[in-house]
Parts: sequence; C-alpha cells; structure tokens
Amino acid sequence: MIEVIRLSKQFGPKLAVDNISFSVAKGEVLGFLGPNGAGKSTTMRMITGFIPPTRGTVTVGGHDIQKAPIQAKAKIGYLPENAPLYSDMTVESFLRFTAELRGITGAAQKSAVNKAIEICFLEKVARQSLDTLSKGFRHRTCLAQSIVHDPEVLILDEPTDGLDPNQKQEVRNLIRRLGATKTVIFSTHILEEVEAVCSRAIIIDQGKVVADGTPDELKRRASRAGAVKVRIRGLAGSGILSELEKLPHAVSVETIESGDSLFVGRVFPKKSAIDGTLAGEIYQFAAGRQLQLQELAVDEGRLDEMFREITVQVRS
Amino acid sequence: MKNIWVVFKREVQAYFLTPLAYVFIFIFLILSMSLCFVFGRFLEGEDASLDYTFFQFHPWLFMVLGPAIGMRLWSEENREGTIELLLTMPISTWQAIIGKFLAACLVLVSALAMTFPVILTVNYLGDPDGGKIFSGYLGSLLVGSASIALTCLVSAFTRSQVICLVVSVVLCFFLVLIGSPQLLEFLRNIPATGLLETLRLAALEIADGFSLMSHGGRLFGGVLRLDTAVFFAAFISFCLYATSVVIRSKRA
Repeated sequence: MIEVIRLSKQFGPKLAVDNISFSVAKGEVLGFLGPNGAGKSTTMRMITGFIPPTRGTVTVGGHDIQKAPIQAKAKIGYLPENAPLYSDMTVESFLRFTAELRGITGAAQKSAVNKAIEICFLEKVARQSLDTLSKGFRHRTCLAQSIVHDPEVLILDEPTDGLDPNQKQEVRNLIRRLGATKTVIFSTHILEEVEAVCSRAIIIDQGKVVADGTPDELKRRASRAGAVKVRIRGLAGSGILSELEKLPHAVSVETIESGDSLFVGRVFPKKSAIDGTLAGEIYQFAAGRQLQLQELAVDEGRLDEMFREITVQVRS
Repeated sequence: MKNIWVVFKREVQAYFLTPLAYVFIFIFLILSMSLCFVFGRFLEGEDASLDYTFFQFHPWLFMVLGPAIGMRLWSEENREGTIELLLTMPISTWQAIIGKFLAACLVLVSALAMTFPVILTVNYLGDPDGGKIFSGYLGSLLVGSASIALTCLVSAFTRSQVICLVVSVVLCFFLVLIGSPQLLEFLRNIPATGLLETLRLAALEIADGFSLMSHGGRLFGGVLRLDTAVFFAAFISFCLYATSVVIRSKRA
C-alpha cells in the first residue's frame, strides 16, 4: 500500500532523512520509533506530501505523491504532530470542513462526521468551539479529522501524545481496530505502545533505518534476550558459577549474588540457544546435583533495552 | 473550483464569525466618510461627483486596511501549523490561495457596499455621472484587492501577523506614494539633460506604471484603460503566484 524508496531529505547542511526504504502492506500497523530528531516526522511529512523529498519516491496506493499528489492524498488520513486545528471553528464545523475538502457532501457528510465524532468520543463537545477545549479533546478532534473519510492509509504522528492513560488506551484500541482493514503508520516514543499495537516496527536514528521487524523479533535483539536468571542453593557460589560456565550452550555467566551455599546470577546463551535450551540444561544440572533451584527465568528481551543499545551504538 | 469554494467558505466564516470583518468594515466606514466630508469638502465643493471627494482617499486607507484584512491569511496557518492539514488535503496549493484571497476580498466588497448612503446623497444633491461612480468603485475594489494580494504574499513568509502587517503597510505605502501627484510633479520638474533626462523619464514611467495610486486614480476619474486592467490583473496574479512559490519553497 505504501512504498518508500530511497527517500532522503536535506535541510541545509543537515541530512534529516538518509536513504530510507520500506514498504507497508494492507492490514499492517507499522510503529515508527526513534529518538527525538531522528527524522520520524520528516519522513511522515514526505509520505503525506507536505514536504517534497530531496531524493527518492513515495507511492501510496499506486499513486506517486509527487506526480499524482491529489490521488495519493485522497487515500491518506493524516494526524500531524501537535494536532493543529482551526481554533475559531467548532468540533462539528471543523470536521464538516475537512469532510467537504475530501469531497464528502450532503447526507454522506453528516453521517461521516457523526461516525468520526462517535469513534473519537467527541459527542459531548461536538458543538463547542475548539479554542475552549482541553488538549485531549483537541487531539482527538484532529484524529477524527484523519478518519472522517474512512481512508485506506492512516499516518499518525504521535497519536497518544498529551493524552491521559485512559485516553491513550482508547486511542491504542482504535489504532488496532483500524489496523485490521487499513494500512497504519504511527510514530511514538512509548515502547510499550509498540508492543501493544504494532504488527511491525521500524527504528530510525539519525535519518537511517537501524532496525525493522516484528516487536518480538526486535526484542530478541536485546543483549539480555534469552539470558536465564537463576537462584540456586546447596553449593558454594563459586562452585556453582564454574559449573554453569561449563554448560554446553552457555557463553558467559554474570554473578548477582554469591554466598556460602547460594548463587544468584544470569547465564547468557549462545546465539543458537535463545529458545530455552539453556534453561533446560540448567535444570538438568541442578537436578543431577540435587541442588535447590529456587528461580529459573528466561528473559524474553526488552524493547527499551534493545532501543537504547541500537541507538547508542549508531552514535558511537 | 469546488475546492476553492470550500476554502472560501471556511475563510469567510473565520472573518464573519469573529469580530474581524465587522471591525474592519466599521473603521473603513468611519474613516472614508470623515475623510469625504471633512477633507474632501464633499458638501462645500458643490460638485456632484465622488472622485476627488471620496475615492481619492481610498488608496491611502487600503494601504493600512488591506494588510489588516490580509495579514492572517497565511501567517495564521504557519503559526498554528494548520498549513500542514490544509496542504495534505487532496487540493492544490493554488486552490487554497485563491479561496483565501477571495474571502478577504469579500470583506472588502462588504465594506464598499456599506458606503451606499454616499451614492444616495450625491444623487439627492445633484445629478452625478453613474458610470463614473461605477468605475470609481471598481477602482477602489481593485486597489484594495491589490493590497490584499500583496499582503497575502507577505503573510506566506512569516508566522507573525504583526511582522506581516508592518511589512505589508510599508510596501503598500511605497506603491501608493510613488504615484501621488506631488511626487510625479516633482519628477516632471527636475531640470535634466542627456543621460539624466533619460533616467528622469524612466523613473517617471516606472513610478506612474507601478503605482496603485496612478492606476486607481484613472478609474476614479472614470477612465477605463486597457493598461489599467492589465496592471491590476498582472499585479494580483503575480502576488498570488509568488505566494504559491513561497509556500512551496518554505517546505523544501
């Protein structure tokens, strides 16, 4: 549905987006991650046709955003960063205006606007002027604007920014629901959001794609992914340590606590054994020696850890 | 065409659902009428025409009031970030520009329409030339639209309405001033020979050719000339086209 091919954007001497390529299929919810200033918003602005790329192309539903902007833009619903609105309008008149710009008129417009109001929980404020509304309502009004024409593609720049936890949850549910039938790209800094909502995530740093995969795949890239945390009693700590190091699938062992008859630590697996083989070996070892295995937990890896490792790596 | 209409409607709402348009119309009426009756000596002049008493002051009024209407057109969009919404809609930039420009012109038309009592008065007191009054209004409208178009262009550069207002007023002031009778008279009377003479004539041509005052003045006097029509059409189209260039290049 969306094809981004070798996209670059130069602002003066600064290369904000550097040769990015990816594609997003229908029914996919793509999370866009990256530190502030990584080029997320710039990329989204190029996809929506707001700013022209320096190099590269974007096609949306088969239409090149540069060569056929009207057709491509008609397929997109866009929530810009900071959710800009015409403050002199009411929620309803604003949504009617955007619907009309999308070519929706008459009875269809009325029902489209009402539906968007309902989906975004705006019934209570529909007739209120936008400059009297709180940030959460303003944000959801802008979100309503992006779905009023039931677009095939949704581009949402930080859709949960500035919302309270309940509203965040509602917006996440909404994105997940819309994602089943549409193509969604959204950016965020909240990593748990990516796990909760995305079918795929791309991490951008300094204008480059540094990781691309499902949230589970990305989590497994964290250095701790697959590491087994153990707490074993019944033998001197140093003894247990040297035994653990000898296990066939262990690479290294990190000691957390070591005592007369206690060892707490983390065993790191070989690359091939992040699936739990190592945990089995540890269990076998403890059972064979009649040691008390008080804790055995496989770390499934954490996105924030992976995110930090990947983005710091690029910088150094 | 439909998209121009949609943008136009929203902008008209923004003008008329807020005090903006009414304040503008009120100030325009107060100033144009007081100028007409006090400085224009409308009653003492005993002349059943409106050109020297009424229309002649309009370029000076629009020099300030044109920028006052037009200053929000794009600077507001830039400041609020709504330009990002507007330009990612399936419409062209030029449709948005024309819709906005026409909405600002509607405020101007409303203000001019509200001066109708002066037509009634002049008809009651004497027997004026209707064609001349019509061409006077046309001239006034064109001078006002030209200053709005120029302001539209300036507003595309900035996110501050104040900066837009100040810069536009200065530019409009310049465009009105260079055609003022006093300045043209001064240029005509410089004693010069040879190259200086050529320069003097060129300056005179440029001042007369680019001034809102000279072209407006011809229409106020009832003279409808092709070069006047071409001037206003070219001036307004240039400003609106340049607006689209500025909007595009600001994003690149």
